[in-house]
Amino acid sequence: MSEFRMPSLGADMESGRLVEWLKSPGSEVERGDIIAVVDTQKGAIEIEVFEDGVLEEILAEPGEEIPVGRTLAYIRAPGEPRREQRVAEKPKPESEAETPHTPATAKPTPSATAYPPSIPGVHMTPAARRLTAEHQVDPSTLKAGPDGVIGLSEVQAAIGAAPTPLEARPKPKARGIDPGEMRRAIAAAMMRANREIPHYYVTSTIDMTPMMNWLAARNAERAIEDRLLYAAPLLRAVALSFAKFPDLNGTFENGAFVPADRVNIGMAIAVRGCGLITPAILDADRHDIDTLMTKLNDLVKRARGGGLRSSELSMGTATLTNLGDRTADGLMPIIFPPQVAIVGCGQISERPWIVEGEVVARQLMEITFAGDHRASDGRRGAQFLSHLASLLGKPEGL
Amino acid sequence: MAQEYEKIVKDALFSVAPDLEGEEIVPDETFRDQFEIDSIDFLNYVIGLSKATGLDIPEVDYSELESLQGAVAYLRRRKASMGF
Repeated sequence: MSEFRMPSLGADMESGRLVEWLKSPGSEVERGDIIAVVDTQKGAIEIEVFEDGVLEEILAEPGEEIPVGRTLAYIRAPGEPRREQRVAEKPKPESEAETPHTPATAKPTPSATAYPPSIPGVHMTPAARRLTAEHQVDPSTLKAGPDGVIGLSEVQAAIGAAPTPLEARPKPKARGIDPGEMRRAIAAAMMRANREIPHYYVTSTIDMTPMMNWLAARNAERAIEDRLLYAAPLLRAVALSFAKFPDLNGTFENGAFVPADRVNIGMAIAVRGCGLITPAILDADRHDIDTLMTKLNDLVKRARGGGLRSSELSMGTATLTNLGDRTADGLMPIIFPPQVAIVGCGQISERPWIVEGEVVARQLMEITFAGDHRASDGRRGAQFLSHLASLLGKPEGL
Repeated sequence: MAQEYEKIVKDALFSVAPDLEGEEIVPDETFRDQFEIDSIDFLNYVIGLSKATGLDIPEVDYSELESLQGAVAYLRRRKASMGF
């Protein structure tokens, strides 16, 4: 039996409010399945499980504010016996209620202690159980819904009550992220970064003309929806560079650098009117440019429209921030803790450059690498940049 | 006709940036300057324009589509050249 806990979705997150469960107790879950939605400072996030098994028991109900690390549910591994209380033939007394599962150190929340006991062999949601208690309904008289679970609607049907009016339910914030909350999340992460991380910066100007010519030729042959933005090959080059420099790809935890075993590139994405969010494209080094373009488009859509997943917010190993067209020439990016590196790209603009002794007009981009000086030195950052520049200079090889 | 093109352009823009719906658009100012429209938004907006009009829009023409006024003029010109 493993404990499924409230994940940390950023250096700054202390708690999240459970919006809803997408799986009911007794359902089989597979690694990667989205089982719950949690409302955070960065909006509603879909929470995934990281193992196969059966969702054995749910310990939190929608509307509850749950600290990072607290157990949300138990997941039974395949082949593992069910929890004893579920196979018992007779209902156990009151003492078998939810409270024993609450970590001894954590204060039981009022709602957790208010649940009536779970009934062996019957899957009932905590909210439904509480409602049965409030209305003194005998749970054994209730019939499960089509999903095999007794939920609020089944209890409401039994007591003849109208469904809870929408306004009375815990309100999932639409993707309408609260700009104030998001600002606070950014402030907390960046204050931590500037307080804890001794940044160093190395900068190079890179001739992107070969890349832009290659892209233009490629896009000219393509249908409009298959065209690429330079962000896609740029992301691939950055991901390949981090794969090549594993000592810059990872996190700094408990006083030491911990290398990551995959390359998950966080992408700084602006959410209009709210601020920045940095969900990661997982295993970015293993996808070709077209796939990365599709993934990037999808990620931007979900960052703004809803549907970001917990893995995307918690598993980044390095970050790329790309200012884009008509912005500024360069930036000194701030590392997203606990990562140890970030790559910042300014706009591409036509400027004078010297090629074979001649001053010519070229498409130039300034790239800045910021590294955590606890984990690496400027020389290493410069090597990284030089490798990145060589990849960007030969786009056909990407 | 101009009104029809204007609606096509606005619909394409608001479908990639629904939060901008209802915003006043300055006709001769670029979307990027008025709103936080980035490259991905812009690409999806052009795809929307292409779908709505059936026009194949080459990348070299993208710069003409950056403002409401520019985009309407572009659509009118392209449609006219097709004999509409």
